[in-house]
Amino acid sequence: MVKRIRIHEEYCIGCRLCEIICMVKHSASGKIIKAFRKESERPLPRVRVEEEGYTSFALQCRHCDEAPCVENCLTGAMHRDEATGVVLCDEDLCVGCWMCVMSCPFGVVERKEKGKTTVSKCDVCAGKEEIPPCVKNCPNEALTYE
Amino acid sequence: MAKSLLFPEFKIERDAERCISCQVCVRQCANEVHSYDPEDDTVYSAEEHCVGCQRCVTLCPTGALEIRKREIGFRPNANWDVASIRNLYKQAETGGVLLTGMGCDKPYPIYWDHLLLNASQVTNPSIDPLREPIEIRTFLGKKEPFLEVAWSEEFAGLKTRLAPQLELSIPVLFSAMSYGSISYNAFRSLVEAAKEIGTFCNSGEGGLHPGFYPLGDWIIVQVASGRFGVTPEYLEVAAAVEIKIGQGAKPGIGGHLPGEKVSPEISRTRRIPVGSDAISPAPHHDIYSIEDLERLVFALKEATRYEKPISVKIAAVHNVAAIASGAVRAGADIVAIDGIRGGTGAAPQVIRDNVGIPIELALAQVDERLRKEGIRHRASIVIAGGIRSSSDVVKAIALGADAVYIGTSALLALGCHLCQKCYTGKCNWGIATQDPYLTKRLNPQMGKRRLVNLLRAWSLEIKEILGGMGINAIESLRGNREQLRAVGLTKEEAQVLGVKMAGEGW
Repeated sequence: MVKRIRIHEEYCIGCRLCEIICMVKHSASGKIIKAFRKESERPLPRVRVEEEGYTSFALQCRHCDEAPCVENCLTGAMHRDEATGVVLCDEDLCVGCWMCVMSCPFGVVERKEKGKTTVSKCDVCAGKEEIPPCVKNCPNEALTYE
Repeated sequence: MAKSLLFPEFKIERDAERCISCQVCVRQCANEVHSYDPEDDTVYSAEEHCVGCQRCVTLCPTGALEIRKREIGFRPNANWDVASIRNLYKQAETGGVLLTGMGCDKPYPIYWDHLLLNASQVTNPSIDPLREPIEIRTFLGKKEPFLEVAWSEEFAGLKTRLAPQLELSIPVLFSAMSYGSISYNAFRSLVEAAKEIGTFCNSGEGGLHPGFYPLGDWIIVQVASGRFGVTPEYLEVAAAVEIKIGQGAKPGIGGHLPGEKVSPEISRTRRIPVGSDAISPAPHHDIYSIEDLERLVFALKEATRYEKPISVKIAAVHNVAAIASGAVRAGADIVAIDGIRGGTGAAPQVIRDNVGIPIELALAQVDERLRKEGIRHRASIVIAGGIRSSSDVVKAIALGADAVYIGTSALLALGCHLCQKCYTGKCNWGIATQDPYLTKRLNPQMGKRRLVNLLRAWSLEIKEILGGMGINAIESLRGNREQLRAVGLTKEEAQVLGVKMAGEGW
């Protein structure tokens, strides 16, 4: 079974550490202070904490079984990794038509940083981590990887 | 209103090199200490609101924050310490009783640290707990002075009817902390941990949320002077019932739950209006004597069909031994004694810091008195107030306790940082609060896991200590003061504790 990042909104405390850690993870240096203070281009966080009233939760790509972003991609850039089941964007193929951004029902595919013609979305840290850092750094286990 | 003379208690040091303005601290502080200014992309801190709970320090991803006690440059004065001056200013400004939370923080002697344990050498073998079983299971309740056994063709077994017992797999229970003083998630963590480990938690005097009724087999319910939430079902679902006469943090006065913490759910559980202070009467107004206590003990025994042990909880005060003896004679199956270091969700500071006696001395005296009177078997002794580690548990048992209650230790396991602001209802750790934004911060699954880990660690350590003494069952340690020696105490103190000085042999 494909491992997914699961959201437990009843325990999300809205600290947004997941966003910060995600940004660092996708930055050029991967070092938190350098990424925030020195690097001119900060990556977008690929997980966003949605908040309303007392409810908050960290939302990132759900890697849908029937993913509209994959179906609507003109060039085949948005694809599913056969081995892991993770939905990824091949930046070499992406032409920046934003069909995936339009069709994502969760609003978790975004235009990448200014001036780029590709998209930013959760890649579950490209399988490089046993447990994604957003999950590992959540202080209240509001994100789990199962 | 003029500018306050009160100075901030804490100094917040933000390392500008490290701060990345991520605003985690801003979002986590319920006291609104930190604020972000987008104009200059900087986080500012208003120190006067800081309570030193260390939440921001713990969550800061770059370690940019440090919060330390502020050194106030008053001219040194042995009589007027900073805390006294601060309290005096506060009272001059407000004209009120100073409230506080958690246990007494004054440097009264901690006798656990002056008691040393024994171990086997040569003449008696020690036991290896990794290879041989060591029994730490404990039963709380009245024990029979002798047992009648029947032997016949049809029936072989006990003729004596045993009194109801609580079976504990480790001689540690969770103290009375009411739903109200602590959050639903905190209570859930406690009761689920108690279930997993095989011990009990205590409902405190705030009634029991219906959500916990299915877990009643692991809950001791309290009947206190306010009688909050006491219903037939409440007594029915519980494993045991405790009559709360006193509490170590505030002997002589009733429970306090500030209105700030009386949310709609608490109001339903306690059956009081939302936002109203719940101040329990100081005494039970139907208990003015031991005889009156006996009536309530037996009323509760009747109500629970003599199937559940009845506990009486008293604070350790000067005449504690005689009072405990009275409680046992009134029919208590368990006597719980809470010492001066016992915690609270809200108490007048003057009471918490000045009333009562250390639990070690109280325990030694109660155990000795009950033994002398030949009624020690009629009740188990559970002590509370300042148990910090497995060694404290072992020492308490050697001094004569059957088991110990842990409150503060359990809260620390849940993340408490002892800021003593439980009474404000703004606990940043999601423990002593009812604010739905804050209560979420305690994930009961994590809380349960941490508590279970704590008790597991303690049970392993208790077995190690017992094995070293060459004792293979905690029963053999109970009241075995030969296993204790005093160090750094006066002769009188050692005498009250009933232990020999270190260096003296058998």
